[in-house]
Order: sequence, then C-alpha cells, then structure tokens
Amino acid sequence: MTKVQEKDWEPKIIAFLCNWCSYAGADLAGVSRYQYPPSIRIVRVPCSGRVSPNMILDALKNGADGVLVSGCHPGDCHYISGNLYARRRFALLKRFLEFIGIEPDRVNFTWISASEGEQFAKVVTEITERVKRLGPATRLVKEF
Amino acid sequence: MSTINQRIEQELIGVAKELLASKKVEALIGYKRGTMPMTMTPFVARSSEEAEKLCWNSFCVLNLANYLPQVLRSFEPPRRPNDPPPKGPLPKVGIVVTGCWSRNIVVQIQENQVERDRIVIIGISSRGMIDKKKVHERVGGKEVTNVEEEDNRLIVKGPGFSKEINRWDVIRDNCKSCIHPDPSIYDILIGDLKGDRQISNRFSQVEEIESKDIDERWQWFMDEISSCIRCYACRNACPLCYCPTCFVDDSRPQWVGKSKEQVDTALFHILRAYHCAGRCTDCGSCESACPMGIKMRILTKKLQKDVFELYGFEPGLNLDEPLPLSTYRLEDPQDFILTDIKMGDKK
Repeated sequence: MTKVQEKDWEPKIIAFLCNWCSYAGADLAGVSRYQYPPSIRIVRVPCSGRVSPNMILDALKNGADGVLVSGCHPGDCHYISGNLYARRRFALLKRFLEFIGIEPDRVNFTWISASEGEQFAKVVTEITERVKRLGPATRLVKEF
Repeated sequence: MSTINQRIEQELIGVAKELLASKKVEALIGYKRGTMPMTMTPFVARSSEEAEKLCWNSFCVLNLANYLPQVLRSFEPPRRPNDPPPKGPLPKVGIVVTGCWSRNIVVQIQENQVERDRIVIIGISSRGMIDKKKVHERVGGKEVTNVEEEDNRLIVKGPGFSKEINRWDVIRDNCKSCIHPDPSIYDILIGDLKGDRQISNRFSQVEEIESKDIDERWQWFMDEISSCIRCYACRNACPLCYCPTCFVDDSRPQWVGKSKEQVDTALFHILRAYHCAGRCTDCGSCESACPMGIKMRILTKKLQKDVFELYGFEPGLNLDEPLPLSTYRLEDPQDFILTDIKMGDKK
C-alpha cells in the first residue's frame, strides 16, 4: 500500500446497507441531491442480518478505515426479525472489538429507512468526520 | 484414608462397570491416567473390563463433552447428509461431567448436536481442576516425576526435590471464578452437590483489562497472542467447535490467512472467541490445551460478561431457554446504534 499525504487523505469506509431500507435510503439521498463525503463504498446485502462479523473484520483487514452497517429500523425488517438478530450480534461484536483495542468509531451501526435520505447523508458525514479524527486504520490491517 | 477424589473414582468405576455390563450404554467417556504426571487422557471405555482404567482426580482438564457428538455418531449406521435418520433406538453413550461440561451438553442438545435420550450423564460436582502450568511454576520449572494429590494439598516430587503445594493455589483461573460447580443436568450423581459458590466478582480478570485505555488494551491483546503458533489446539479442545469446515480452513473467501502474521493470528482469536459468544461455559479447555500458555479464556469471558449484562443469560443452565444469539427481544439495548440524538443536529 502506498502511503498518502495526510492532508489529502480521505478515509475509505465500507458500508453494508440492507437492500430494503438503507440502500433505498442511500438512493434517495442521491436522488434528493443531499451532499455527503465521497468516502463510502457501498456493499448491498439482503438484510442487516446477513452481515456476519467475518465480513466486518475482512473489510478492516483489507484496509478499510471504517465500517458502517445499516439496516431497517427495528420492527420494519423486510424479513420481520433479521435486524433484531443482527442487533444482538453487533452489540456483542462492538463491545468485543473495543475490549481488544479497536477504536470504537471504526465500526458503526445505524438504522436508516428508505425515506431517510437526509438522515443517510448526515450519518455518512458524521462517520467520515469521526474516522478522519482517528486517522488511517492501522490495527487489524494486513499489509499485502 | 482415601481422599474425596479417590472415593469418587471408586464409585465412578462401579457405576461405569454396571452400566457397561448391563448394556445400558455401549460406551462411556471418561478419563484414564496418562503417561506423564499431571496428564490425564480422555478415554472411551467400551466394556466393563475397560472401565477399570477410568480415573478421577484434579488433572482432568479437557472437556469431555467435546468427544460426545463423535462417539454418538460412531454408533450410528453410516448415512449421507440427506438420508433419513436411522429407525429404531440407537445405542446410548455414557459420559462423566462436572458443572461446566454438563452446561456444554445442554448447549449441544439445544443445537441439535446431541440427543438427550441417547446419553447417560454421570454428574460429579467439581472441586476445581489444577493448572499444571502453575504447578511447574511453583517448582521453578524443574522436572516433575510424581504428584500425589490429597484433599487440600499436592506433594510434587522430582529428581532431588519434594515440595508441598496448597491445592487451591494452583487451581485454574476459570475454576476459581466458577459459580456453578454442580452439573446442571445429570442422570446419576456421584458424591454430593455443593450448590452455587459465592464469589465477590467472577469477572475481575476481564474488568482489569477493561480498566485500561484503548491503546493499552490493544497492546495487551497483541502481547497475549504474539506467541500463538496457530496449532488450533484451543479450537480442537472446544466442545462448541463442531462445524464441518471451520472458518480458518475456508479458502474462498479466506477470512483468515494461514500465515503466522500478527493480523491473521489476531483475526483467528477474535473470531474463535466470538463464535463462542453466548455458548461458552468457561470450562477452560482452550487455555489448558494451549501449548504456549496464551490466556485466550479472557476473550470468551468478556463475551460471557457482555451476554450476561445485556441479555441476562448464562448458557447451559436451562434446556428451555433459547441461546441468546438465536433469539431476540424488541426491547434489547441498542445504545451503540447511531441515532439522531447522539449525532447532534448537523446540517
């Protein structure tokens, strides 16, 4: 990996968005012309319940500076309860990663519905700022 | 005069012989003496003569529940994955359990790895098992050729020395912080039940790490795993690890590299521990099996603590209570989720 100058460093954030709410929310943000930083790379997943810790850690391993996982609000899941199972999984994962020394702001979770385009833009802006404050990820990044 | 463990051993051999002779079980999983002092070997007795070899003492550190699904399967007629289950009753298997192992069996039953009707559980209330690494430390790493165990002390002998050690001083960390020494599920009980132990803070080891700042915690984690040789003994000793293909063996996608590089080792330990979330009963097998003395139990203990704090769940105590990650409640805590309020109102 080539080292970039700090001033023009823009974080890379992998966003796992669920097909039914958050991905549509991201689409709405675009259609509605809300501005947000170009830091995120979106991976469309069928449900936030599809996102396993393996995938989050794999993103970090491959050099992502941050990860965002977003699904439908509790009660709105297309598959009734996928996001509720995911919520338990992520709660434990987030606490665990903090325990072993991964900065809390690297791994983020949120709920965004298909009508929340503005909220999506806000979340991405906020997370980009937080990750920028942390600087490039070094922990769990594998140098190939 | 015989010690508590010797009396249990005698009774265990009697029970095992009876079970095997009457064909109530086809095999019985227990321990026999190993070839080295302080090392007991997991052992499957298949006849009442073999049951004579069974032993019981404070060095039975590996979790016998680990072998249960395999031994049960060995008595089933061979079949392909989609074939219907065999008709008629299948042979039963007996197993010796203490508190934590019995809780693992409960988890195995809940995860459909083991059928309750096919096992006969011989329960023993645990007095705590000994960490032989601690014994070696006490004698300054000298060669140990013989260890005599009494109820409250050990007499360790080697070439040119003999040392008396207080038993509780060399008990494993997980046994010291265990509050349920009694088996939660059993058919035959040997010895008495002791009831739950009172411990001021069973998560003190975890809290010690939590009190450090984030860089120190990362340093601690890296130091702890730096000696890992990726032998996967911790995985193989674990009764929860039964996936046909483990995530470390997956090659497409390759979640964890095969190298000894720090990142790969770290990922292995993170994922291994995480897979045990809400299932681990803190039996300490992983730590006892580790040839490098890595304290990876603290990782699973942390998850155990979180599961207990967030969902009030302890694995293996109740067959009817679903495992925490296979269920949910609408009102589960979600303060880690980013919401409007926490983000502030930014334009």
